[in-house]
Amino acid sequence: MTSPTTTHERLSPKTESETLTGAEIVVRALRDEGVEFVFGYPGGAVLYIYDALDKQEAVQHVLVRHEQAAVHAADAYSRVTGKVGVALVTSGPGATNAVTGIATAYMDSVPLVVISGQVPVALIGNDAFQEVDTVGITRPCTKHNFLVKDIKDLASTLKTAFYLAATGRPGPVLVDIPKDVTGHQCAYHYPDKISLRSYKPTIKGHPGQVRKAMQMIASAQRPMFYTGGGIVLGNASEELRKLVRSLNVPITHTLMGLGAYPASDPQFVGMLGMHGTYEANMAVQHCDVLVALGARFDDRVTGNLAKFAPHAKIVHVDVDPSSISKNVRVDVPIVGDLQQVLTEMNQVLGELDALNDPHAMQAWWAQIAEWRKRDCLHYQQDDQIIKPQFVVQKLFELTGGDAIVTSDVGQHQMWAAQFYGFDKPRRWVNSGGLGTMGFGLPAAMGAQVAEPDATVVCITGDGSIQMNIQELSTCQQYKLPLKVACLNNHYLGMVRQWQEFFYEDRYAMSYVDALPNFVKLAEAYGHIGLRADTPADVEPVIREALRLKDRMVFMDFRVDAKENVYPMVPVGAGLSDMILV
Amino acid sequence: MRHIISILLENEAGALSRVAGLFSARGYNIEAMTVAPTHDASISRMTVATSGSEEIMEQVLKQLNKLVEVIRVHDLSEGPHIERELMLIKVHAVGPDREEVKRLSDIFRGRIIDVTDRSYTIELTGPGDKLDAFIHALDPGMVIEVVRSGASAISRGAKAI
Repeated sequence: MTSPTTTHERLSPKTESETLTGAEIVVRALRDEGVEFVFGYPGGAVLYIYDALDKQEAVQHVLVRHEQAAVHAADAYSRVTGKVGVALVTSGPGATNAVTGIATAYMDSVPLVVISGQVPVALIGNDAFQEVDTVGITRPCTKHNFLVKDIKDLASTLKTAFYLAATGRPGPVLVDIPKDVTGHQCAYHYPDKISLRSYKPTIKGHPGQVRKAMQMIASAQRPMFYTGGGIVLGNASEELRKLVRSLNVPITHTLMGLGAYPASDPQFVGMLGMHGTYEANMAVQHCDVLVALGARFDDRVTGNLAKFAPHAKIVHVDVDPSSISKNVRVDVPIVGDLQQVLTEMNQVLGELDALNDPHAMQAWWAQIAEWRKRDCLHYQQDDQIIKPQFVVQKLFELTGGDAIVTSDVGQHQMWAAQFYGFDKPRRWVNSGGLGTMGFGLPAAMGAQVAEPDATVVCITGDGSIQMNIQELSTCQQYKLPLKVACLNNHYLGMVRQWQEFFYEDRYAMSYVDALPNFVKLAEAYGHIGLRADTPADVEPVIREALRLKDRMVFMDFRVDAKENVYPMVPVGAGLSDMILV
Repeated sequence: MRHIISILLENEAGALSRVAGLFSARGYNIEAMTVAPTHDASISRMTVATSGSEEIMEQVLKQLNKLVEVIRVHDLSEGPHIERELMLIKVHAVGPDREEVKRLSDIFRGRIIDVTDRSYTIELTGPGDKLDAFIHALDPGMVIEVVRSGASAISRGAKAI
């Protein structure tokens, strides 16, 4: 094989770098980035890379059963640890299978580096076997992507990929590597630092704007904090807690923000939005200053935009300028890293002459207490049929509120968000933006790999779990002792709920007949299956599952098929127009 | 309102497609788009003619800035600027029309760059509305083919964007 490395070596004669193959460069770059785990699935175009992985031990590989699961697992690994997650897939179908995972991470701003194999450079564009235009397909669902056609660019491209994924507003970055590039040789030099003239995220908040925001907040009669996934991603929980406690303001979270502020704290009024609490939504609608931190005014949060927070002046802090004033006009925009800006806000707070009028604050908290009395999450558990909320509540109690909870998408996701009170960030892992069914189980795997000793529970439904059920096999291979709690109601529950509310009870295709026997299925994969048919079974089943610390346990809870998620803000309605129990 | 946006971006494979993809994915209008390398071969300059409300334009600029390969974005419509477009237009030119087309071309400061016994091909530059006006001045049946470059634009004064 002729080596294309000579030019490069001539250009940098002083560095005594090793000559490596492209595949070895990939693995070495991962090691130099401190990557411990890669989630992936081999195939023709990435065989050199797998060969190189096999020859070392620093970077461990987790073999999944479908590329979508590889990306979800890497995604959850990242959400739990804060590190960049890494997935490795082959060309063609390997890459297209990964797309759902990549889009999921993109919508939730999760830092990932996805490495995909590609057909050899000479075959690109020839409709070669397992060829697909991976950078074309993933362009709209990655923060950035690369096709590396020259081995000389490989190391620096990987460095840039990690840098882009983790900085600014994080996101997935894909690096597509043709097979021949992984087979060529080149001197290895991994840059320490990357600087791009076209990419300079704003980190520090504008001091004048920060001061203006703090003055506005401190002079409010009815201030309200609304925070999202940005606080979690930006590791800004401590700074947030400090500010919110100093100000004694009420705070609500988006679905993505849960855990940023302790749910058990009285200042937390629950999640807001379509399935938010009565008190959170009412507080947003009645506040006079709304402080949005690391949130993006998603349609599921705001309801009808024209009716959203009608009395509020809005402060919005986000690292991504394009999130600001996208959906809602903002009075005080601040672009910057959340941890940084919150630190600045805390500093300014100490310099302010006066804080909020205590009488006004007293009246505001009294009003919130009134709304809380509505007890909007109330449900009645009898001794016949298991209520899904009851299962989540029991899971919360029996895990001491300290499990890492992943979820799929649908009713169970909302009940998990409503009834599992997260006191810490990075304990709640769900697909909020894209709403990807099939996320929960592979996400639980990634979380369990990240924290082998933690209790990891995947709260799922009978629909979602079947979208990546094959991963039970991965759980067996790596002895991942995660717990699946399936709220089995025989329905695609959220679809059914919408059909009940908005399609006159016509349950088109939402009833799932012919479900597998989940207990036996779990057993077939070498796990433990447990089933709960009555409310009395719930606690013993959970206790047994948690007792089996080193085993993966599938809990099949036969829950009330007709239960709905309340409150609910119908599409098009304002946040205060909730359907309540 | 119509806006002319100038974009400096890395002259790399795929960069053009990122910008074009952004406009289609987010439903922004593109009236015209031109791109070519600048005096610095590593940088391309793109000119996009688009339209939308103030809110949409704010998003267009922010989203363009967010693209990793975009170095700078500037809405030229915010200040005085010069806009030019090149048009090559092939028209029927027989009988009395032949003289009429030539006269019209002269009025618009066009140049006839190709001639057959039945047609003229005329080169015309100017702001887009001047080119529109020339087309309208012709009898619709006379036009054989129109090629327009899309707008190129630059700000007035001594400074670069």
